[in-house]
Amino acid sequence: MTQMTFARAINSGLRKSLENDPKVILMGEDIGALGGVFRVTDGLQKDFGRHRVVDTPLAESGIMGTAVGLAYRGYRPVVEIQFDGFIYPAFDQIVSQVAKMHYRTQGAVKMPITIRVPFGGGIGSPEHHSESPEAYFTHTSGLRVVSVSNPQDAHTMIQQAIACDDPVLYFEPKRRYHDKGDVDESLDLSAALSMEKARVVTEGKDVTLVAYGPLVKTAKDAALAAADEGVSVEVIDLRSLAPLDFVTLEASVRKTGRLVITHEAGQSGGLGAEVAASITERCFYHLEAAPVRVTGFDVPYPYSKLEMHHLPGLDRILDGVDRALGRPNSLSGLEG
Amino acid sequence: MFTDDAGKGGIAAGGPGNSAESNRRTGGDLVQLITPGGERVSHPEFDSWVQDVSDEQLGALYEDMVVIRRIDAEATALQRQGQLALWPPLLGQEASQIGSARALRDDDFVFPSYRDNGVAYCRGVNVEDIVRAWRGNALSGWDPFTVNVATQQIIIGSQTLHATGYAMGIQNDGADSVAVAYFGDGATSEGDVNEALVFAASFQAPVVFFCQNNHWAISEPVRLQSHIQIADRAAGFGIPSMRVDGNDVLAVMAAMRVALDRARHGGGPTFIEAVTYRMGPHTTADDPTRYRDANELEDWAAKDPISRLKSLLERKGLLTAEFEAAVSAKADAVAKALRAGTINMPEPQPLDIFRHVYSTSNSWLDRQQDHYSRYLASFGDPAEAASEEGAR
Ligand SMILES: Cc1ncc(C[n+]2csc(CCOP(=O)(O)OP(=O)(O)O)c2C)c(N)n1
Repeated sequence: MTQMTFARAINSGLRKSLENDPKVILMGEDIGALGGVFRVTDGLQKDFGRHRVVDTPLAESGIMGTAVGLAYRGYRPVVEIQFDGFIYPAFDQIVSQVAKMHYRTQGAVKMPITIRVPFGGGIGSPEHHSESPEAYFTHTSGLRVVSVSNPQDAHTMIQQAIACDDPVLYFEPKRRYHDKGDVDESLDLSAALSMEKARVVTEGKDVTLVAYGPLVKTAKDAALAAADEGVSVEVIDLRSLAPLDFVTLEASVRKTGRLVITHEAGQSGGLGAEVAASITERCFYHLEAAPVRVTGFDVPYPYSKLEMHHLPGLDRILDGVDRALGRPNSLSGLEG
Repeated sequence: MFTDDAGKGGIAAGGPGNSAESNRRTGGDLVQLITPGGERVSHPEFDSWVQDVSDEQLGALYEDMVVIRRIDAEATALQRQGQLALWPPLLGQEASQIGSARALRDDDFVFPSYRDNGVAYCRGVNVEDIVRAWRGNALSGWDPFTVNVATQQIIIGSQTLHATGYAMGIQNDGADSVAVAYFGDGATSEGDVNEALVFAASFQAPVVFFCQNNHWAISEPVRLQSHIQIADRAAGFGIPSMRVDGNDVLAVMAAMRVALDRARHGGGPTFIEAVTYRMGPHTTADDPTRYRDANELEDWAAKDPISRLKSLLERKGLLTAEFEAAVSAKADAVAKALRAGTINMPEPQPLDIFRHVYSTSNSWLDRQQDHYSRYLASFGDPAEAASEEGAR
């Protein structure tokens, strides 16, 4: 076990993948000498060379489209999108090409492309630097979407993503890059929890609280605070946003009978809607109350002086827990 | 890929009788080796690139062009008869497709668009595989790795990036094969094509950009896409280009050979504009009389690629009755195979819709498949239920 930051843990995972498979190629803007704007690829070009860690021109569709060609040629490209808000120029290549190539060719052409996206807010950035675009991709068949919440998962899941024969969007919570945690770098991938599985982070019996990426830490803190008030919250880290691990979710909701889902992205058509609807379909008779969503608002990501209002924080999550439990809450007295 | 300095990729490009200087040319006059009247004219730079083409090979090029025109006509008829949902004719573009595709080596890799059916034919794709997607029986008809042709791209220009990425991989592997992107004049307006040119130039990737300027992008004329000659755009990216008569199979072949040779020897990308004309509609769903002048079509009919080569063969005394009979027998046989292959194509099965979304099974999808198969089973015969379902 080594203590390391989130960013370092990804770096170390990338390094292992580069070492283990000569077909792995990293591509992106500023990922070479600079080591990426978040230094996640720090030192990798120096050690693996410009052939393996490629600084590309500033063209997101170009990065993604050439990654498609490299995958055709048998490579496993790992693409860095500099910031969440810059993935849109690559959207067409991701949803029309990367996601569909395997289906289109009846399995003949694999797209083992990993797309790393630093995402989410909370770091006081200008516009286009704090977005949560994950639902665009969970809505697209053929893509796998994961989000990591702690250094160990960050380290392991980047390697699992790269080893996966399907395209994987790997969402990195940028406000957690400097958080430290224990990482077992020797953990065997085959022994590690599958990237498709959700994890119960904190066990509880009164309410299931589902989070992913940056909000897992907030959810954990909320569970601690709730425990002080005698409420037992079970926190689940989704890890995989597509496919969703309904086995773990169902088991928890059957036990607690109540569900709260939290994410930074806006509410409408977000992942919380999918979780709420699917769990309602699957566990209707186990639910004591309607599922509750605690999310960002349906507004463009606001300027940074107001972002703390947009982002679900500990108190808003606790308020959501109170709603699920039918305890006095900010909406008490309102119909529906 | 990834040479330290752009352009220092390797051995200076050059071929038989060609100076490095000529390889650096950009755009320029239309290269022509066969006149519309079928006369072989000499060209100081390009002759040497096709001097090995024997009479017999000329005859084979002629056969190819006749056969793909026949495939095109048969597919159009099959569409009219309801056997294909749609067909994009290549009528008029035979020389561009045959001349370029026959210059390729087996280990070169092609990234085509929906209209490049002549290219697919040259690469050895089965005729029924060419129409499989147009019939709606699959999204694509062939395994790309068996013929080194990617499946046909519908998103305009997307494949130019795929070809460039593939070429970067070739470069990384130290191989001397080449990736070729086929696209139209309209595609040159797309961001992806421009990004592909940037990447190709930056990394000096062994890729050939083969643009068939057929003068129309559905109803939009080429002048709406480009204010200058398309070939001249390449210079702005630092990519050498050629502008060839796309209805002249020999000129196209020569240009393609120059470009391939350059790429194989580390000379980086080349842009070829093959100036041709789409004589038919954009697709069978289209009515060109709404947007283009009949005179224009007449002018281009006079430059027809097949009759041009036919005249040359005639001049050379190669157009014997026996040869003509053999060519037409071949075209008949291919058309017959196409028709039979289309009509007898097995129907896809309802649950095939769930296959190959991911490389391994997925619990979400398994559940949907399970639920849908139960639903189908509730009707008794699943195939029957599915066809009724679609009709509603
Ligand atoms: C991204 C995208 N936009 C629009 C279309 C619809 N579309 C299909 S073909 C076509 C015209 C393309 O013209 P060109 O690139 O010149 O090729 P050609 O059809 O002449 O071979 C258009 C607009 C598309 N397929 N993809």
